[in-house]
Amino acid sequence: MSSVTAYTVPTVTPDPASGEELEPKVLVQNLNFYYGDNRALKDINVSLFNGKVTAFIGPSGCGKSTLLRVLNRMYDLYPNQRAAGQVTLDGEDILSAAQDLNLLRAKVGMVFQKPTPFPMTIYENIAFGIRLYEKLPKSELDGRVQHALQRAALWDEVKDKLGQNGLSLSGGQQQRLCIARTVAVQPEVILLDEPCSALDPISTAKIEELIDELADDYTLVIVTHNMQQAARVSDFTAFMYLGELVEFGETSNIFTTPSDRRTQDYITGRFG
Amino acid sequence: MAARTVTALYARRRLRNGLTMGLAYAATGFGLSWLVLILGVLLYNGFSGLSLAVFTEMTPPPGAAGGLLNPIMGSLVMTAIAVALGTPLGILAGTYMAEYGRYDKLTTVVRFINDILLSAPSIVIGLFVYEIMVARMGHFSGWAGAVSLAVIVVPVVVRTTEDMLILVPDTLREAAASIGLPRALMIGKIAYRAARAGMITGVLLAVARISGETAPLLFTALNNQFWSLDMNAPVASLPVVIFQFALSPYKDWQSLAWTGALIITLAVLTLSIIARVFAAKRRSS
Repeated sequence: MSSVTAYTVPTVTPDPASGEELEPKVLVQNLNFYYGDNRALKDINVSLFNGKVTAFIGPSGCGKSTLLRVLNRMYDLYPNQRAAGQVTLDGEDILSAAQDLNLLRAKVGMVFQKPTPFPMTIYENIAFGIRLYEKLPKSELDGRVQHALQRAALWDEVKDKLGQNGLSLSGGQQQRLCIARTVAVQPEVILLDEPCSALDPISTAKIEELIDELADDYTLVIVTHNMQQAARVSDFTAFMYLGELVEFGETSNIFTTPSDRRTQDYITGRFG
Repeated sequence: MAARTVTALYARRRLRNGLTMGLAYAATGFGLSWLVLILGVLLYNGFSGLSLAVFTEMTPPPGAAGGLLNPIMGSLVMTAIAVALGTPLGILAGTYMAEYGRYDKLTTVVRFINDILLSAPSIVIGLFVYEIMVARMGHFSGWAGAVSLAVIVVPVVVRTTEDMLILVPDTLREAAASIGLPRALMIGKIAYRAARAGMITGVLLAVARISGETAPLLFTALNNQFWSLDMNAPVASLPVVIFQFALSPYKDWQSLAWTGALIITLAVLTLSIIARVFAAKRRSS
């Protein structure tokens, strides 16, 4: 079965909607990924455009989270996981052995499925990451913490209890705290791995709103099980199935006129 | 569904359930009764001897008045040194096993050996330290006593540190890595913090474990009738003094032995309660 449907890696493509030029922030070429001997990603080619939101959809086990974890080399934490191919961030190969992982991850932030606040105060959760890379006077640090919490639409809810443990917040608040923590490090790309799947609909709506706002400043990549969510928040959508990238294109096109049969079956709910 | 009645099958099952539960209760009661008996006798015999003198005076010669100050101090100092030596070693080894070498062969080997050390008879540890320290130095000493206790502390701390760090979810490690936190900082600032209560519990349990150890001290610190904090010389300790006094034919020595036993038991009990409170805190947070 041929994998990618006549899709070649776009370099600079005009955006039909606005006519602006799209440049790929992250370029994935011929990427294969292995868990031990198990090939989980098969010859993936995709580009993530600068300042756009790209959604990865597909049934469980299709490799979308795996792909996300290649983009900040999170898989490197574990033995027997291996990526082959080329992934570039601003033209620099991030899969090379010389790549400094800590600097890469500071540039490519990540938000996880389950909220993962650090076991410390709300303030420290944010300040901790900032202090890793910058030595700031207290007043400036306070300002950065406030700014990050405002960006994550959490400031008004926590400004009077910054000294409380981050774990004391509700699930939706914890997830926004994690987004604030990611934003505070000033990344260029933010990876969101099913950020709403553990949240209630109201919290989900808030996170989606947030994604819209963050899209102005960051290149966002979101993995989601929820097709409506992908349709709502993303500019581009990639459909993955059994480790292959079946189809990639503008979200409006994918959801209205998919060119591959499997994509059509999935978005119409015939499987998955 | 048809209405259920008590069939023969169900009646038999109910009977068996009742019998098994009864046996379980009886076994628990049997075990607990001995514990209560021991504590009761200890309180009865030890409490009468409790006085200020026990904590302010030295061990007496037979027939004279005295207390347990020197063995209490000796036990405290040797325990403190043993914890100071054993805890960092144990925490570092446990950290290696849980954080750096979780998937390595070496960790499996170390864990296996550690488990053996954990259940090694303490008299063997005493003999070992006798060989490497007492025999070479030519005399018994408080240092040797502290080292043999430290050898008991290490495996307990290794085990609890590893277990508690493994309980820290990987998602937290990934979250730490995702903001560019180097591994060493992640362990120091995030993983230790998340596992702190459990790790402290481990150290407290190790203290409880060594505070009653007699066998390793017999071969290493020996005993001392007099006030001495010279770690290069024999040092008195509560368990060894209890051993000596309890076996003596003198009534006042026997009474002091009971009191010493009560003091150790209460100290261990207190430590265990503190450890439980910490553990409960960990679960609730």
